[in-house]
Amino acid sequence: MNIVVCIKQVPDTTEIKIDPVKNTLIRTGVPSIMNPFDKNALETGLSLKDQYGGKVTVISMGPPQAKAVLREALAMGADEAFLVTDRAFGGSDTYATSYILSQAIKKIGAYDIILGGKQAIDGDTGQTAPSIAEHLGATRLTYVLDMKVEGDKVIARRQVEEGVEVIETRFPVLCTATKESNKPRYATVKGVISSLKAEIGQITLADLPDSDTTKMGLKGSPTKVKATFTPKRTANCVNIEGNSPLEVAGSLIGKLVEAKVL
Amino acid sequence: MSFDTCKDVWVFIECFQGQPKSVGLELLGQGRKLADGLKQDLCAVVIGKDVDTAIKEAGAYGADKVYVVKGDEYENYSADGYGNVFLKLCEKYDPNTILVGATVNGRDLGSKIAVSLRTGLTADCTALSVEEETGNVVWERPAFGGNLYAQILCSETRPQMGTCRPGAFKKPERNDANQPEIIVEEIHTPAEEIRTKVIDFIKACEDNDMRLDEADVIVSGGRGMKNAENFAILKELADVLGGTVGCSRAAVDAGWMPQTKQVGQTGSTVTPKIYFACAISGAVQHVAGMSGSGTIIAINKDETAPIFEVADYGIVGDVFEIVPALVKELRARQQG
Amino acid sequence: MSLLYTEEQKALLALVREMAENEIKPHVKDADEKGECPRELFKWGFDMGLHMLEIPEEYGGTGLSYETTAMIFEELAKVDAGYAITFVTTFVALRNVILAGTKEQGQYFADKIAPGAFAGFALTEPNAGSDPAAMRATAVKDGDEYILNGTKTFITNGALSDVFVGFFKTDPAAGHRGISAFIVDADAPGVTVGAHENKMGLRLSNTTDLIFENVRVKASAMVGPEGSGFKLALNALNLSRAFVATLAVGIMQRALDESVKYAKERKQFNTPIIKFQMVQQMLADMAIKVEASRCLVNNTMRMMDQGIMVQKEGSICKTFVSDCAQEVTSNAVQIFGGYGYSKEYPVEKLMRDCKVFQIFEGANQIQRMTIANVLDKEYK
Repeated sequence: MNIVVCIKQVPDTTEIKIDPVKNTLIRTGVPSIMNPFDKNALETGLSLKDQYGGKVTVISMGPPQAKAVLREALAMGADEAFLVTDRAFGGSDTYATSYILSQAIKKIGAYDIILGGKQAIDGDTGQTAPSIAEHLGATRLTYVLDMKVEGDKVIARRQVEEGVEVIETRFPVLCTATKESNKPRYATVKGVISSLKAEIGQITLADLPDSDTTKMGLKGSPTKVKATFTPKRTANCVNIEGNSPLEVAGSLIGKLVEAKVL
Repeated sequence: MSFDTCKDVWVFIECFQGQPKSVGLELLGQGRKLADGLKQDLCAVVIGKDVDTAIKEAGAYGADKVYVVKGDEYENYSADGYGNVFLKLCEKYDPNTILVGATVNGRDLGSKIAVSLRTGLTADCTALSVEEETGNVVWERPAFGGNLYAQILCSETRPQMGTCRPGAFKKPERNDANQPEIIVEEIHTPAEEIRTKVIDFIKACEDNDMRLDEADVIVSGGRGMKNAENFAILKELADVLGGTVGCSRAAVDAGWMPQTKQVGQTGSTVTPKIYFACAISGAVQHVAGMSGSGTIIAINKDETAPIFEVADYGIVGDVFEIVPALVKELRARQQG
Repeated sequence: MSLLYTEEQKALLALVREMAENEIKPHVKDADEKGECPRELFKWGFDMGLHMLEIPEEYGGTGLSYETTAMIFEELAKVDAGYAITFVTTFVALRNVILAGTKEQGQYFADKIAPGAFAGFALTEPNAGSDPAAMRATAVKDGDEYILNGTKTFITNGALSDVFVGFFKTDPAAGHRGISAFIVDADAPGVTVGAHENKMGLRLSNTTDLIFENVRVKASAMVGPEGSGFKLALNALNLSRAFVATLAVGIMQRALDESVKYAKERKQFNTPIIKFQMVQQMLADMAIKVEASRCLVNNTMRMMDQGIMVQKEGSICKTFVSDCAQEVTSNAVQIFGGYGYSKEYPVEKLMRDCKVFQIFEGANQIQRMTIANVLDKEYK
């Protein structure tokens, strides 16, 4: 089974803080991590390989620093890694990013299954992976909890708001994973050591001669950022005090009744 | 799609077992605002096997027109089936703007349409407006876990598309007198073209808990709750007020609460009348999911916790003392 | 931190830290309370390969240096030294069989451990602690077998191990030259696990008596020549002394981390206590001892990596570091004040955990005798 897992390097958004004076993001010192949902996707891929055999290829689009997450994936057990990187790819929105990744996946070769996280924690769009499927004309299933192979059929359980759908489809298919899909394994010590020595393939624009450059980068992106701002917080919190918990509770309830909230 | 001739604001009315989901109706309120700004019609798109309720509700919540596509093959959502219908409708009626609920299926469908039409799609918008001079919708959305907001334009292609999360907006006023024009289209998708088949469905177990996005009162707990058992005191408070219990990401990560109860950027967006944040520090990622609540009450030991910056009422104190006291006082009032 | 780490070492430390923080730490308080470590917690360490880090690759190990292995175990000990020592004891046993035994014996032992099993040393007896020559356990030859009898005590991994290196007198009259070492499977008939020790600290580590009653082993299970057991034990102790020292560094680094964090948060007289000079002096002295200890351990490890015999240096290392750890953890409790004495806070456990480091692997008094004896010889 040929398994391709798309992973993204993201800032750990739980560590991002806002400069209270300038009201801007403080990004220095914020660690870069593998998008947690992509880690679930990688675990799905690795356990499919454990179960059915095959090869897990990881692919990430980003600057050279993004190699770190590819190495992490190799340490966890991926077989091969490719960094998709080129100045021409910079500024891509989800449409352009998914197009570039779809071209890179074609370049890597035949695939049975493409995996990705349900969304990235920095952009939170959840659009890139299903868009890759659309560019490739592949079947897609989002929010997949787990899957098994029965002959040429794939049976997947898919988490939707109202419950779990059991879906039958066939390869090739793109699936996205969520936190509930699994608990990603840790890398092994041996894995870390070999991942640091591993070759990471590069795919640049020159490697994609048949692709449509008008669908790439800032120019190929239908959406443009008009402005960004940090949310303003208004500090008009009424402090409720009292000599005992009961007094505090009584005071709060009084205020809520007064304000016709209760 | 033609930039100059396209017209109307479309809202996808997603259904589950014939019932329209709330998010589609919420979006009709936003769609109305955009349609009025663009001086165009507000249209609902209903796809399914049983569509009658959805048509009626779309009308009641303000659609001028309802496009309806009926078929057995649309009983369950599939990207192939629903995508085919939507694209054929777009081809024929050339919409200016499409709004889709950011549900599991909505996100999937949105990206399918956008890629096929080679147009822009902005996810999880929290505010929508129209740029008067250009007719572009300004899509406002959070990024970096709610630390940053961006205004996005899709200025060169049409339709312009966006998704909005359930609960991000309130439903507009209901008006049963509104009589929309109903346009029924016969669009069928051959079975072999629908490559995914739902062969079984396991309904989420009803834990008798109210859904977060439907609750008027939410009592949420965070890292400071210390363990899963301690959430029982929050449940008591929620029960007294007729509400439900939520939590922050820290509580989910610690394994104390299921992800379905998580409020925040990676969980649910909620707008209850009353929101209690108990032992929640107030990371932006949490605040992004609850700042639209009517009245916010924060209880935290740490007086410097950022949650107090968004709260209407703040109590610096021990949750394990304050919450039981609140329950006691409220019960006394209810009985008295 | 005082050491210069390679990229590989940094990556390994980050990995182990993440695992230990997420998977082990949440269970430590409960396990410490109960005095036992749930077996499933070790799965994480086995999956990662922590039981065979410094074992050569030909035996299925990772082939890391002692230096890097020690860094990793310091990291693990920050979360719990008892968890860490369970793995340390295992690979020290295996390593010594590889060093002193035949290729077949090494392979046999390694194959037992590799899939995820523990090993232990059965040396100490109720009346033979610092003085192994006083041991009473015997191995009597019977054809091509030996019959083992005796009672061993304070055996780390006693109830967990699949295999032991056991020490028995093949010549009861010959003092320490009469001691021989044997590989004994834990499931051999006649091997019984005795009572689990209810210890002051390192409560996640399993410590039991081990009773041998007419246990038959093949003559080929003897490791090294007859009468070489004492030498093997000394070599094993050299290695394990250096490694327990690294665990003590982990414990005191944790004590320092917790203390600084607390001293910054805790306010008295409206001032964080870290601003008070007496607290500052305590913290500074703690940091000095942690750094010095780590460097000492690191140097000992690098000497061992070069194949240098570390009899004196290992003793110096273990003695200095364990004495420092006692002081550092005690002062951590002092900085936490009344809260430090409470089990609600993490530092009293560190103080309990590190006491045994002054006792085991040769009490510090014995170590000082050894150091002085070597000095005496060196200055002849």
